[in-house]
Amino acid sequence: MGKISGAKALLEALKKEGVSIIFGIPGGAILPIYDELYDFDIRHVLCQHEQSAAHMADGFARACGKPGVCFATSGPGATNLVTGIANAYMDSSPLIAVTGQVPKSMIGKDAFQEVDIIGITTPITKYNFQPRSASEIPEIVKKAFFIASTGRKGPVLIDIPKDVQTEEFEAEFPEKVTIRGYNPYKKPCEKQINIAVKWLASAERPMILAGGGAIYSEASSYILKISEFLLAPVATSLMGKGVFPEDHPLSLGLLGMHGTLAANKLVSEADVLLSVGTRFSDRTTGKVDEFCKEAKVIHIDIDEAEISKNKKVDLAIIADASEALKAIYEKLINYLSKKEETPWFKRVKEFKEIWEGWIFEEESNKELKPIPILKILRKILPIDSILVTEVGQNQMWSALYFKVFKPKTFITSGGLGTMGFGLPASIGAKAAKPDVPVVDVAGDGSFMMTENALSVSVAENLPIIAVIINNKVLGMVAQWQRLFYGKRYSAVKLDRVDFVKLAEAYGAHGVRVQDLNEFSNALKECLKLDVASVIDVPISPEENVLPMVPPGSSLEKIMGVEKWDWVMKKG
Amino acid sequence: MGLGDEKGLILISAVVEHKPGVLHRISNMFRRRDFNIESISVGVTEFKDLARMTITVKGDEKIADQVVKQMSKLIDVIHVEALNWGNSVQRELALIKLKAETHEKRSEIMDYTSVFRGRIIDVARESLIVEITGDSEKINAFINLTKQFGIIEVARTGITALARGPSSIGEEVKKNLNER
Ligand SMILES: Cc1ncc(C[n+]2csc(CCOP(=O)(O)OP(=O)(O)O)c2C)c(N)n1
Repeated sequence: MGKISGAKALLEALKKEGVSIIFGIPGGAILPIYDELYDFDIRHVLCQHEQSAAHMADGFARACGKPGVCFATSGPGATNLVTGIANAYMDSSPLIAVTGQVPKSMIGKDAFQEVDIIGITTPITKYNFQPRSASEIPEIVKKAFFIASTGRKGPVLIDIPKDVQTEEFEAEFPEKVTIRGYNPYKKPCEKQINIAVKWLASAERPMILAGGGAIYSEASSYILKISEFLLAPVATSLMGKGVFPEDHPLSLGLLGMHGTLAANKLVSEADVLLSVGTRFSDRTTGKVDEFCKEAKVIHIDIDEAEISKNKKVDLAIIADASEALKAIYEKLINYLSKKEETPWFKRVKEFKEIWEGWIFEEESNKELKPIPILKILRKILPIDSILVTEVGQNQMWSALYFKVFKPKTFITSGGLGTMGFGLPASIGAKAAKPDVPVVDVAGDGSFMMTENALSVSVAENLPIIAVIINNKVLGMVAQWQRLFYGKRYSAVKLDRVDFVKLAEAYGAHGVRVQDLNEFSNALKECLKLDVASVIDVPISPEENVLPMVPPGSSLEKIMGVEKWDWVMKKG
Repeated sequence: MGLGDEKGLILISAVVEHKPGVLHRISNMFRRRDFNIESISVGVTEFKDLARMTITVKGDEKIADQVVKQMSKLIDVIHVEALNWGNSVQRELALIKLKAETHEKRSEIMDYTSVFRGRIIDVARESLIVEITGDSEKINAFINLTKQFGIIEVARTGITALARGPSSIGEEVKKNLNER
C-alpha cells in the first residue's frame, strides 16, 4: 500500500479490528494521530475528562462484548486514564487505551508532559506496548486486540512516541498473530469434567454461583440448562448479575455482603457448589474461611491463577466456562434423568417466597423509597434496556431490587467500585446499543464525579437517562457510620447542587420528582426524549441497604432480617 | 518432602522473553501480589531471545502455587515451574573481599579457600578477593569461617538452578507453541 505514517497505520489497524468509535481527548503528543483521524471514517467522541473516555470505552465493551477504544495525550492525559484502566482491569473488561508519548529522544528526560505510563499501568493492564518504530504498530495493534479480548479479558495500553506516529514506513498488516507466552484457549480436561458430573449427579443440595466470567464466556444457556436439570438454584456475584434470568424460580439473586436473604442463607446449606467464572471476592463470600464450608466446591475459570487464590476449592476446571458447562451438561443428561421435585427445591421456594414477599410487598403510600423506585424502573423499562449504576447504596439497591433477565444489561463497577463510572459507562453503552434505553442509576456523590460527561451525551447525541437517587449524603459511607461507627457522620453531607439546573446548563432535560407517581411519569416522559435527561429523586438520608452482612463476617450473620428470626433459626 | 527448603524458601525457575521491561513486569507482579523475593538471578539461555530467571521466595506451598500461576499469566513468561530442592541443583557465586594484612593470615585464608574449592582471584597488599561457588549453605559457611579476618565486601549472585534429569525448557517452549 506504499509508505504511510505510524499514525495512519494505527488507524488502519484499528479499522481492521472493526473499531467504529473512539472516545478521547487530543493533545500535543497524540496530534499526529488526531490529524489522520480528520480523514478517517471512524467516529470520535470528544470527552471532557480522560477518566470518562476510559469508562465510556469500558461501558461500550460491556454492552456489546467488543473491545472499547480510548485515546489520550501523554502526561496528564495518560494519567487521567488510570482510574478507568484500573476499573476495566478489575472487572476483566476488554479495553484498548492508546496514549501519545513524547518523542523517543526525550523519553527519560522529564520532558514536558512526559510520564512513564508503561510503568504506571503495568499492574493494571493485561499487557502494555510502546512501539519504538512505526513498523511495529500493525502487529502491536493486532496483538493488543488478541490479548484484550481472549482468555480472561482485560485492558491493554499502547503508548506511541510522537516521532513514531509521524515516521513513514512500508506498511503490512498481519492477518494473525501468535504470542508464545500466551495461550488463551484452554480445553476442559475430561477427567475433571467426569468428577464434576459425578458430584453434581449425587448432590442433594446442588447450587450454582455465577460471576462475570460466565457473562464474558456467554455461558447463560448452559447455566440455565444445568440448573433446571438438577433443580440447582443459581446465585450470582455482582459481576454475574444478568447471566441467569432473575424472575426464574431457581434464581436466588445476588450473593454476598448485600446479597439476598435466600442466596446468603442457602449457600451455607449447599452440598455441592458449582462456581463459574467468579473470583470469590470478599464482597461475595464474606469471611472466606466460613464460606460454603459444608460443600464440595467446583471452580470453572479460564484464569488458572484464580484457582484457590481466595477460596480453596475441591475441583478446578481451567477452561472456557461455556465449553466446560456444555461438556458437563451433555454428560449429566446421559447419567441421570431430570429432577422433578426435591426437598432442596422446596426449601429454595420457601426462602424465595419469604424474600420476595418482603421486597415486593405493595407499597401503600407514594413516598420515594429505594425499593419502589427500582420496582418502578423495572416495570417501565423494556426488558432489553441497560441499567448502569454508580457506586454506593444506589448500586446495591439496584443489584438487590432491580431484576435483570439478560446478560450485558446490567453494568456496574464491581471490582474497583469506582464512583463516577456510571454516567460515562452508560454513554458508552448507548454507543454500543443505540436502540435500547440506557439508564444510569446514580448517587448524588458519584454523579458529581463525572457529571460533565452529560455534555458529551448531549453534544454527541448519545442520550441516556440518569436517575439520581439523591440522599444528599455519601450514602454508603453514611450507612457504615450509622451501623458501625456510632452515627459519627464524618464528612458525608453533600447538598450542593441543583441537578435540574445542572442538567439544563449542559443542554439536557432535568426534572425533580416528589413522589412515586411523579417518578413514573417523569421516567416515561424521558424515555420518549432524544436528549439526555436527569431525574432528581430526593430520598431520606437515613435509608439503609438491607439486608447486609457486616464486613469480615460469615454470610450467615445477616443484618436487617430480624423480622425473620424464626426462618434463620429453622434450618 | 514439601516444595520449600528448611528455611521456608521456594525455588522458582522461569524462562522469559529476553527484552526490555520484562524484569520490571515480573518483579512488579511479585510486589503487587505481596510475594517476598529473597533472591533473583537472570541470564541468557541457549535460545537467542529467551532468558532464564531463578527466583527464591519466602513462602509455603500455597504461595508457591500462586507464584507459579501468577507468573504463568504474564505474557512474557514462556514457562515457569517450582523446582523441588532435592530434584534440582542449585548454585550461587560469591566474591568475598577479605582483609589479609600478614603473611600468616594470607596463607590461612588460602587454606580455607582450597578446602572450599574456591579461588583467589585478586591479591592486593592488604586484601584478597575469593571466588567461591556452591549452594548457599556452603557460601554461608565460608563467610562465617573467614569473618575473623575481617570482611571488606561481599557480592553474591543469588541462587541459580536447574532441574535434574534430561528434560529441558526447549521442549516446554516447543510444547507451548504446538498447543495452539
Ligand atoms: C472514587 C471513589 N472515591 C471514594 C469511594 C468510597 N465510597 C464508596 S461509596 C461512597 C458514597 C457514595 O455516595 P453516592 O454516590 O452519593 O451514592 P449513595 O451511596 O448515596 O447511593 C464513597 C465515598 C469510592 N467508592 N470511589
